[in-house]
Amino acid sequence: MSVAITVKDVVKRYGETTVIPGLTTHIGRGEFFTLLGPSGCGKTTLLRMLAGFNTVESGDIFFNDVRINDVEPSKRRIGMVFQNYAIFPHLSVRKNVEFGLRNMDVPRKEVRSRAEEYIELVQIERWADQMPDRLSGGQQQRVALARALVTSPEVLLMDEPLSNLDAKLRVEMREVVREIQKRVGITTVYVTHDQEEAMAVSDRIAVMKDGVIQQLGTPRELYHRPANLFVGGFIGRTNVLDGQLHVENGQTLVTVAGATLVVPGLPGAADAVGPVKVAVRPEEFVLDSSATTGIPAVVDHGVFLGINTHYFLTLRDGTAVEVIQESEFDEVLEPGAEVFLDVKRHKINVFDRDGATNLRTGSTAAQQQVPA
Amino acid sequence: MTTILTTPETKARRSRPLGLDVWTTVSLALLLLFGLFLLYPMFGVLKESVVDPDGGLTLSHFVRFLANDYYVGTVRNSFVVSIAVTVVSLAIGVPFSYFYTYYRLRGAKLLFVGAVLSCMSAPFIGAYAWILLLGRNGVATQLLESVLPFKIGSIYGFGGIVLVLSLKLFPLVSVYMNAAFRSIDGSLLEAASLMGSTGLRRVWQVMIRLTVPTLLAASLLVFMRAFADFGTPMLIGEGYRTFTVEIYNQYLGEVGQNHNFAAAIGIIGVIVTAAVFLFQKFAANRFSFSLKAGSPVQKRRPRGIGGALIYAYMYVLIALAMLPQLYIVYLSFRNNNQVVFLPGYSLDNYRMAMGRLLGRSVYNTIMFAVVALAIIVLVSVLLAYLVVRRANPVNNFVDTVSMLPYIMPGAVIGIGLVIAFNSPPLALTGTAVVMIVMLVIRRMPYTIRSATATLMHLPMSIEEAARSLGASKLKAFWRITVPMMGAGVASGAVLSFVAIVTEMSAGIILYNNRTITLTMSAYVAITRGSYGLACAFSAILTVLTAVLLAIYLRFTREEDVRM
Ligand SMILES: Nc1ncnc2c1ncn2[C@@H]1O[C@H](COP(=O)(O)OP(=O)(O)OP(=O)(O)O)[C@@H](O)[C@H]1O
Ligand SMILES: [Mg+2]
Repeated sequence: MSVAITVKDVVKRYGETTVIPGLTTHIGRGEFFTLLGPSGCGKTTLLRMLAGFNTVESGDIFFNDVRINDVEPSKRRIGMVFQNYAIFPHLSVRKNVEFGLRNMDVPRKEVRSRAEEYIELVQIERWADQMPDRLSGGQQQRVALARALVTSPEVLLMDEPLSNLDAKLRVEMREVVREIQKRVGITTVYVTHDQEEAMAVSDRIAVMKDGVIQQLGTPRELYHRPANLFVGGFIGRTNVLDGQLHVENGQTLVTVAGATLVVPGLPGAADAVGPVKVAVRPEEFVLDSSATTGIPAVVDHGVFLGINTHYFLTLRDGTAVEVIQESEFDEVLEPGAEVFLDVKRHKINVFDRDGATNLRTGSTAAQQQVPA
Repeated sequence: MTTILTTPETKARRSRPLGLDVWTTVSLALLLLFGLFLLYPMFGVLKESVVDPDGGLTLSHFVRFLANDYYVGTVRNSFVVSIAVTVVSLAIGVPFSYFYTYYRLRGAKLLFVGAVLSCMSAPFIGAYAWILLLGRNGVATQLLESVLPFKIGSIYGFGGIVLVLSLKLFPLVSVYMNAAFRSIDGSLLEAASLMGSTGLRRVWQVMIRLTVPTLLAASLLVFMRAFADFGTPMLIGEGYRTFTVEIYNQYLGEVGQNHNFAAAIGIIGVIVTAAVFLFQKFAANRFSFSLKAGSPVQKRRPRGIGGALIYAYMYVLIALAMLPQLYIVYLSFRNNNQVVFLPGYSLDNYRMAMGRLLGRSVYNTIMFAVVALAIIVLVSVLLAYLVVRRANPVNNFVDTVSMLPYIMPGAVIGIGLVIAFNSPPLALTGTAVVMIVMLVIRRMPYTIRSATATLMHLPMSIEEAARSLGASKLKAFWRITVPMMGAGVASGAVLSFVAIVTEMSAGIILYNNRTITLTMSAYVAITRGSYGLACAFSAILTVLTAVLLAIYLRFTREEDVRM
């Protein structure tokens, strides 16, 4: 049985510095919710407030309708997977998994069978009676996961659980984590600063910066319709171009580096006439060597990567851009070649002059924080 | 320990005609020294214990020992009292460390300094001060008996030994446990509390269990010290005879000296300590696991009634531990006629001490300590290098031999040296040389351990880098390795210095008027029953150790304090 978590106007201060200036959000039952953001943005701080290891200076945290601000960590019915696993080195793998059960009033026989169940769930039967120091990182991570889940907690918290693993194992383990979370159906708050990992596992992601949620949404929303330039730059790669927006005959026109493009579907355009930022992901450029109109650019160099070829070009106003093209057999653009670029108009995003508002969705960071 | 022999070195060795490179020479020299000054004397004790007055072989001394319940009782007493001291030291030292590590206490530094000071004080001063306080004519005894309706128990015997030694040795436990508690990763504790393990249950399930290896190591140390201690049971033990006291009586007693029998008791003592040592090793192996370093736990401010109790515990404990020394220093200024203390204060005691070899005692103390320490450091560094970087059977043998004094009660070492060097060709008994040899032997194992541990953490590649840049083997050692080991070894050395200054149980057998040290002077004055003189010598010794330790603690990070 899992719970919904409501966080209301939560503030965290360390001495004089405010790390989280007032954060509100809602996490649904059984949801895989990820906190994503650059180092130092307060992800761990927020997670540890949910766990009860950090005090909450003001605001409230609810598990369902119960305010848990002053509830002991041990009473919150939380399972936690730590970045360094925090496996007890003096206990065997099995004893580690049984540890939480032994502290509850579970009969001896059931302790054993429930531990076994979770040991099988994370597939560590082979090492169950070994001491944990002989296990590899991935195996230890599985132990930590089993140990966190075996007591049937209502919330699972994970703080960068995969960051100590090598790249390949990280990909493998994130599938394990995701699959087990779905199977158990537990409300999960996951912290990472790896955006690809976040997208792979999450139902929804909260992108944080300086203790403020910049955007909350599904991975798809974050990628295609970032609320502001920070999110656009943090999730995936993006080229940011300076543009001028004007409206003529009911059409929205954006002038970029010597070319004027018609960009449909910008409801906020009328208020944003003047300088804007245009965010174009590398694959949203269209590079056709035979084109004679579009944004003029000069090829710097190309990198052939099999499926795709990455081109690095310079626009007329000096902006360097990256373009991804599907590789063609006879396609060769030599350095110095002059080409014209087009963009996929319905895909690109246009932000107001300081990059705070996406003109397509009209949303800002502040609006995004209203609970779903 | 790994054997690392790089190819260039092997070649270099071959190119010498006799196969003697510098390090081989060093290792043979060490072998010779340890053989002469350690193995030979120990062999002497063994031989002494199995010869009869006519020079024939006999086991009669052991038979006599085992057949007589009184003698067996001395070893049993030593064993029981040492176990008791170990248990009590753990019982008071572990909470001390726990509060010290996990709470932000006011005056924490003071508490730590107090603990180190009381631990490093001369062994018998505590006993003497407690007798003056709580003994038959003690101030506190008289005070308490005039107030309390019942008689307070006697300080003499088992209880007194446990009191004095526990208060003196619990800091040993604390210093070890501080480090152990500090190394527990905070997330382990958080993980435990999320799994329903909180409060005392968590202390037991996680914190104590994680520190079992350290607890075992500290227990061994305390046991060994308590078991080998001579001054405390001699002064305060009275009817409760321990085997160290018995050795002393058999060897130097006024009536019925029997050197062979003393040697036999010594051998039996060594067997007991060796057994305990091996048992501890066995237990430690069973409980060994590796702790990963992590983020330390944040200290909390103690609050409320619990906080007040914590403060009370810490300060009362340290006050009790420091009380003997402070009291002795105070008494050293009190007037007395050598039998009772009189009102008023003066420097008479010190003036009198001047007439009783004070100058010579201080000079000897410092001189012996400096020379012994220089030798200890030199040998330790060399041996550590040989063991860590050039492990071979000879070096490992020397290493093992060098650890022997760890399980040897001081009295046994003292007897061994007397036996070995009493007659030509090496008639050293009664000279400064034999005193220095004794001090070196007694303290060497500790410094070797810390030097070896330090060197093991230094990557080999640094020396190799120096060699690749053209430094010779010796130059690489002196210019690169030694300076890098320096800090670790130096901090151990200062403590060794203090330990040397307060050495007692072997010195008591070896000293004479020319080689008397401060510790001996103080002890002699105590046993002659002259209060003023005893207090003056003890006070000087106390202040000297305090000053040395103050300097030491000033320049050492707390984490590096090893005793
Ligand atoms: N105990 C503390 N005392 C003072 N400041 C702290 C403390 N813990 C965290 N901070 C500060 O709070 C801010 C947020 O830290 P937090 O650990 O939550 O970041 P994070 O988002 O988890 O970063 P990372 O990705 O590096 O783990 C940082 O600026 C950090 O310096
Ligand atoms: Mg973090």
